[in-house]
Amino acid sequence: MALRSTVKSDFPLLDQQFHGHQLVYLDSANTSQKPQAVIDAMTDYYETTNANVHRGSYELAVRATDALEGARAKVGAFINAESNSEIVFTKNATESMNLLAHCWGEHSLKAGDAVVISEMEHHANIVPWHMLRARKGIELRWIPVDASGHLDLSDLDRLLDGAKLLSVTAMSNVLGTLNPIAALAERAHDAGALMVVDASQYVPHVPTDVQALGADFLVFTGHKMLAPMGIGVLWARAEHLEAMPPFLGGGEMILSVTKDGFTTNDVPWKFEAGTPMVAEAVGLGAAVDYLSDLGMSNVRQHEVELTAYALRTLTERHGDKITIHGPAEPAERGGVMSFAYADVHPHDVAQVLDQSGIAVRAGHHCAKPLMDVLGTSATSRASLYVYNDKSDLDKLADALSAVDDIFSF
Amino acid sequence: MIGLEDLYREIILDHYRTPRNRGELETPPARRAEGFNPLCGDEIIVYLQVDEAGVIDDVAIGGQGCSISQSSASMMSVAIKGKTVEDARKLIVAFKGLMSIHETDIGGDGSETALGIDLEGASEGMQLGDLEALRGVVKFPIRIKCATLSWNTLAQVLDE
Repeated sequence: MALRSTVKSDFPLLDQQFHGHQLVYLDSANTSQKPQAVIDAMTDYYETTNANVHRGSYELAVRATDALEGARAKVGAFINAESNSEIVFTKNATESMNLLAHCWGEHSLKAGDAVVISEMEHHANIVPWHMLRARKGIELRWIPVDASGHLDLSDLDRLLDGAKLLSVTAMSNVLGTLNPIAALAERAHDAGALMVVDASQYVPHVPTDVQALGADFLVFTGHKMLAPMGIGVLWARAEHLEAMPPFLGGGEMILSVTKDGFTTNDVPWKFEAGTPMVAEAVGLGAAVDYLSDLGMSNVRQHEVELTAYALRTLTERHGDKITIHGPAEPAERGGVMSFAYADVHPHDVAQVLDQSGIAVRAGHHCAKPLMDVLGTSATSRASLYVYNDKSDLDKLADALSAVDDIFSF
Repeated sequence: MIGLEDLYREIILDHYRTPRNRGELETPPARRAEGFNPLCGDEIIVYLQVDEAGVIDDVAIGGQGCSISQSSASMMSVAIKGKTVEDARKLIVAFKGLMSIHETDIGGDGSETALGIDLEGASEGMQLGDLEALRGVVKFPIRIKCATLSWNTLAQVLDE
């Protein structure tokens, strides 16, 4: 079943012009736009429900607490968590990953222990491990990326030998590659390692079932899935959360504090020190409702079809001038298309496209090790979501001709 | 409406297509500094050879990046070659003025006062020539950093 045709009109921001052209937003891998339902839910929270949570004894505070915990339950159901206590709210996926590296890493790793990541990771799944290496002397191992944009798993046994953790993206934010997470989790477990999934580009676009993925930890962020900026999620199996020491110290994360010390609150609140981002959680809950109404399998199908159309159209229209990175088969990838246009620098490509009202990202996409593998310093990237349609991709193909006009020499 | 022709002037594209003074110089005797724009990954390497009289007798530019950063570097290399270090510093001030940047720190550690020049009239007598073509960059604020990257790197190499 396809997405309903009125989706675009749910997003008020998209109804405006830039440089005399209707906005064509092709940067959802960077951040997504927000449907009216999410905006309304957050406004309604502040107009009717706002109070501090978990501590007021009056009816309004109970309502605010219910709003926060209700959002947690929606997120838990959305990814098929076993219990809502496995859902930790953070600021974003980066904070989720840092929480993991700090709390699990400090607690469970010692000097010489290996953490395995891949060359296609976002800096959020690289730098926290670099920092842990500096603090604890862990070893960092890298799964290579092959010429087709897939992980090269031919040497995985050796990489996993003696490793304690495998941390891999479910979908590359540059190549769009969907990685075989369930198989990787099995391999990690066979080798005695735990499995972390960076699902920032995955949860917004693909039906997600943490039980089926078989991972131990999974991180993602709200703002890439129609929710506001400022809320992210760490999902972890309860036994891991129980074993991990707390992250930040303060209110909310304690059961008791004396002059001699403190005892920690139950999970997940043990990891949520201070007043949380309640309106943002409500926004995330509304985004989950919105995506669930569309149907995540419809979202995925929509993006596979659009990606196929994009790959076909851009290649037909621009031939050898355009090089699109990542898997050639739409079913093996998400709607993230990084490309090179002749030898025009991505910054110039993005500038010319902006003049036609088209928003794409140019740069290294917080994946500099992958840029080294691709042999470039930057790419242009068009990325899709529920509000995009074929006309957006036609406009992209048209506007790329202007790049050719200015820079062909 | 601001048009792309304000940004991509023919002289700019000419310097992008055919960069001048492209290459490397042996260090020493030449001095070398690298500048990065972390936003887009642009990179400029400036090699500078200064003779005993304080004249820049050779300059070379390395690195890679967008048309604005690379053409600005190329034009800069032409503008400073054969000039004294003092005049090169004045050109930096003049170019930054063109980019409407009145920051107190002109690259590296050299503040305007440390450079020994006052902003008023600092560019007196300096002809920007082809560099005037980059004036349109100001209408595209996110590209100002591209245009000034090589100049910040030059300031850095002069201060080292």
